[in-house]
Amino acid sequence: MQNKAIDFKRQVNIKLADTKLQDALSRLQTRFVEGRSAVISEIHHLEDTRTAAAAIRDCVLNDLDSWLQKFEQQAIAHGAIVHWAETATDANRIVTEIAAQHNVLTAVKSKSMVSEECGLNDALEHAGIKVMETDLGEYILQLAHEAPSHIVAPVVHKNKEEISDLFAEKHQMSRKTGIAELCLEAREILRPAFLNADMGISGANFLIAETGSVLIVTNEGNGRLVTTLPRVHVAITGIEKVVPTLEDVTTLLRLLPRSATGQSITNYVSVLTGNKDAKAHDGPEHFHIILLDNGRSSLIGGEMQEMLRCIRCGACMNHCPVYQNIGGHAYGWVYPGPMGSILTPLLSGLKSSPDLPNASTFCGACAAVCPVKIPLPDLLRNLRTRQMALGLKSRQEVLMLKVWGWLTLHPRIYALATKIGVRILAMMGGERHLLHTLPGATGWTDGRDFPAPSGKTFREMYRKKSTK
Amino acid sequence: MSARDNILSKIREARSSAPQNVPAAPIANYLALHQRGPSPPPPDDLVTGFKKRAIKLSSDVLETSVRMEVPALLAHYLEERKLPLRGVCWTSLVGLPWGAAGLEMLPNPATNQDMVGVTGAFCAIAETGTLMMLSGAETPASTSLLPETHVAVLDPLRIVATMEDAWDLLRLEYKQPPRAVNFISGPSRTADIEQTVTLGAHGPYRVLVILAPP
Repeated sequence: MQNKAIDFKRQVNIKLADTKLQDALSRLQTRFVEGRSAVISEIHHLEDTRTAAAAIRDCVLNDLDSWLQKFEQQAIAHGAIVHWAETATDANRIVTEIAAQHNVLTAVKSKSMVSEECGLNDALEHAGIKVMETDLGEYILQLAHEAPSHIVAPVVHKNKEEISDLFAEKHQMSRKTGIAELCLEAREILRPAFLNADMGISGANFLIAETGSVLIVTNEGNGRLVTTLPRVHVAITGIEKVVPTLEDVTTLLRLLPRSATGQSITNYVSVLTGNKDAKAHDGPEHFHIILLDNGRSSLIGGEMQEMLRCIRCGACMNHCPVYQNIGGHAYGWVYPGPMGSILTPLLSGLKSSPDLPNASTFCGACAAVCPVKIPLPDLLRNLRTRQMALGLKSRQEVLMLKVWGWLTLHPRIYALATKIGVRILAMMGGERHLLHTLPGATGWTDGRDFPAPSGKTFREMYRKKSTK
Repeated sequence: MSARDNILSKIREARSSAPQNVPAAPIANYLALHQRGPSPPPPDDLVTGFKKRAIKLSSDVLETSVRMEVPALLAHYLEERKLPLRGVCWTSLVGLPWGAAGLEMLPNPATNQDMVGVTGAFCAIAETGTLMMLSGAETPASTSLLPETHVAVLDPLRIVATMEDAWDLLRLEYKQPPRAVNFISGPSRTADIEQTVTLGAHGPYRVLVILAPP
């Protein structure tokens, strides 16, 4: 997928003014935020479980090369074929080669963010292979030629009416208005696609080293159909997804669906190991697993390694006041919200996504809900420091920070400057104590008035109080 | 160098220069422990616990103490909902008196035309109300997937407390997992349109668990 993160600030203004999007985003808050809070407390020893989950992820990341080799060895022993891809382009080439090798003309896909990262659909279409997304949300997006705006609920930005119009136009059928009718229409159109496809493409929520298995969580059942019916199954995922044992993955499964959609478990959890044997009626004859690096290995051993713990639940974006107001598209790439504001710069360059590390109020809600305890605000702050060190900040911002830094090191001058400053601002605030515009910082006042200071600094008030 | 070697050597180099790098415990030792994470206390009664959770996730649950009564229970369930009275079942269930209950159950893997699929289950998990299914020549995965109604005949003594217990049972009875282990918790569903839950997405519209002794 093309990275448009450079356009963030312009997109933010568009998204804030989009009333349909704002409605859709308020739904996300009620369903996902309240949904999570209703079931997360079902977990006995929640904090211990989060700590254990983080430790499981760290254990693998601290020894990732060994765990990857263990996984590979077990997967091959059970009949899977393991491929390694350094870049998105390599991954696309490998899938295209697998398709050619097995004479694949049509493919069905279940939702995979890694494949979005690679732009896999375009690459396959280019090679003459017809690809159909089968997750309802992804299917809608494919029809509309749009990108996902959420990693769990990809079509959260669209309302029912828009989907009704889209289906009526693309399916050439009568316009349905009920959500159940729309789901049924998609089911009836997609069922033949599952039955006739040569290849199924899925992601992987986890790779289990102990057994060489790929684990997939789904609700719709499309993940099961994609990995059961076609004669070839390709699972494409990131190298960081390895988990040691079936017990470890169980601990993570207690947290993942609860954090993501407020479900105690997803409808389906499929643990797939190897290809079908000669006696079996169903299952793929060929099982390929593609392990994608695409920049992930550069995070190992460094101060950003904790980001690789991420299990893609989306809780950080659901709880983020910035995401809640602008949605996922403004972030410009596959991964939005706090995790995306860190991953996008790390995987595709800080230079091309200068606003993302700053798209946070540091309120800490993301870290508070993260099931694997990623210190997201710390990592964002770290990226801001890097931006400063690399000279990626605007001259105005650098100058402002320098002046501020100098002032704070000179307390007497600081006191004087703030004394004058608050008095001017108080005067400007007038009787209503509100500033309609702040010279040089209009971004603060474009959407709202700025409350004017009382006219006295904190130090002045403190001194007055303590001398009483 | 291959992509594999490049990726692995990049990780190795990064790890060796990392300040927090600690010598990892040997992988074989870690794997052998099968260390469990924090898990909930088991319910007072596994069957009651399973039923409660399964119903909460929109499965239907029926019970009988006589295995031969399973077909009659199913016939009643299907008639009540005006559903087709024919379908496919796993070969292990072909001996039940389906015909006497007015049902036609063929011991075939499911195709797209089959509206009812009857399976057994390897075991079930009380913590989440979940069925655990193992794929195999006699236990095709498609029977619980393609039909609109999935019926699972479950021995109540095969209900365990947690998924960890289910893995232990799998290790005890089989050396390794089969091609597909499918955990099923109710009918397929989607909430992709306006985050509104709709039952029956790409898989079954309804899941009926019939608890019956073997």
